[in-house]
Amino acid sequence: MADLSTKIAGLTMKNPVMTASGTFGYGVEFADFVNLEDIGGIIVKGTTLHAREGNDYPRMVETASGMLNCVGLQNKGVDYFCEHIYPEIKDIKTNMIVNVSGSSPEDYAECAARVNELAHIPAIELNISCPNVKQGGMAFGVTTEGAAAVVKAVREVYKKTLIVKLSPNVTSIADIALAVQDAGADAVSLINTLMGMVIDIEKRKPVLSIATGGMSGPAVKPVAVRCVWQVAKAVNIPVVGLGGIMNAHDAIEFLLAGASAIEIGTANFVDPAVTVKVANGINEWLDQHGCKSVGEIVGQLNA
Amino acid sequence: MKKFVKDLTVKAVEYPHELYVLLKLTDTEPLPECLPGQFVEVKVEGSPQTFLRRPISINFVDREKNELWLLIKKVGEGTHRLAELKAGDCLNLVFPLGNGFSPVQKQGEKVLLVGGGVGVAPLLDYGKYLKEQGAQPVFLLGARSQSDLLEQELFKAIAPVYVTTEDGSEGEKGFVTQHSLLKNETFDRISVCGPKPMMVSVARYAKATGTPCEVSLENMMACGLGACLCCVEKTVKGNVCVCKEGPVFDIDDLTWEV
Repeated sequence: MADLSTKIAGLTMKNPVMTASGTFGYGVEFADFVNLEDIGGIIVKGTTLHAREGNDYPRMVETASGMLNCVGLQNKGVDYFCEHIYPEIKDIKTNMIVNVSGSSPEDYAECAARVNELAHIPAIELNISCPNVKQGGMAFGVTTEGAAAVVKAVREVYKKTLIVKLSPNVTSIADIALAVQDAGADAVSLINTLMGMVIDIEKRKPVLSIATGGMSGPAVKPVAVRCVWQVAKAVNIPVVGLGGIMNAHDAIEFLLAGASAIEIGTANFVDPAVTVKVANGINEWLDQHGCKSVGEIVGQLNA
Repeated sequence: MKKFVKDLTVKAVEYPHELYVLLKLTDTEPLPECLPGQFVEVKVEGSPQTFLRRPISINFVDREKNELWLLIKKVGEGTHRLAELKAGDCLNLVFPLGNGFSPVQKQGEKVLLVGGGVGVAPLLDYGKYLKEQGAQPVFLLGARSQSDLLEQELFKAIAPVYVTTEDGSEGEKGFVTQHSLLKNETFDRISVCGPKPMMVSVARYAKATGTPCEVSLENMMACGLGACLCCVEKTVKGNVCVCKEGPVFDIDDLTWEV
């Protein structure tokens, strides 16, 4: 049994497997399938200062080895989260992390400040990369100035571990990562979804209600691994890797590319018990290769 | 209700129609409790084009034989692959999912069950349940033609069956809402599963006659667990997940123009 524990700045995790925001609800939806406490960290659904209804249906379309979604951050707002959802999840013995989104630096900061008050939430993941909302979201994450402005505003009010989730829909993701590092981020996670589009040729219309959506699933994995590799070389804060991870083999690619932890997203829809299988699979691989800990392989690429 | 992810074994495969396959699944241990109108998400192996699971309504649960039936219409690559399964194969299911149809409200209530196309599938299990619980189910089933009517003998064994076909080859000619049954009889409530235009027209009839009515929706889904928020339907309470809050909704909770 290898030592699977890993650290993301101030966050200690029993294993490097987390769940990606928007793919695992608040964790409790999956409690029939996995022991939630066997997962290193659970990143809950994107939360905003005010309630959001999200985009119209259809919000999802399948594509070869993946899918596109344009959910649009449907959630009941941070106050509802604090009053009704937090009490239900606060005693789950793993890192319960809130994904925070907004439409202005002030919104982000206000939402983060409320979550800062929650004793059992040790970290937030700041979403500056959602491709599915008109205002905010990805608009901040595609320029170094925009990304830095949001992170600065949140850093002033948020005292615990601050992970910033980056968009791949940029010219240089390493430049954005450096900007958020300089603005005070404790870690970065990447990649959010790739913006894509699917057309119904008979109707001559886009399938998704807002025409475009975020692509995820194994089809995007090579793009994600490349991004993680580029960012890990550029920054000196920990990197969390995600994008199309379906199994332990995929997860180990990200660890070798420089990720200290990984998130599993779309795979949860195919196998609701995949998280624990990946954690066990990483352990087996480490044992087979004579590695005593996860840390031994992070960034250890022969390139 | 506890949900499971499980490999079930295909016990038998039947082909009631060129476009349909009936899979009879079983397990070495007793199948978990499933409510009429709930659904399963099946994994389709070996097709990159079919990345996500496919939501399929539960057609019937035979407790004595420990069988769970899925009546599947071959629509795309995923369902065509499911139709290639053979007895002895494994099929991975996440189930049971969703809320299911309403339980019996009162002894002797007359419940009209309206189905069209593959939408008849969950009504078989629901009709059997209603009859066992002391209600009086009546089936009204619509199809394009006589050859498109599925599981007729099984429905008839449970309750009276009324039929409409678009070409008049069986039962009354036309759509379900044109059947004389609706002019001649009244019902305590109605449950519907079928194509949306059919459900909307039955909902209109229900509103016009003041009959409580529930419909079973089949929006495109990913997770099936209420996590991804992809399959939402607009309701009076805002966008809600069809997979978790549904698939069965009271028409008064929907925002359909009826």
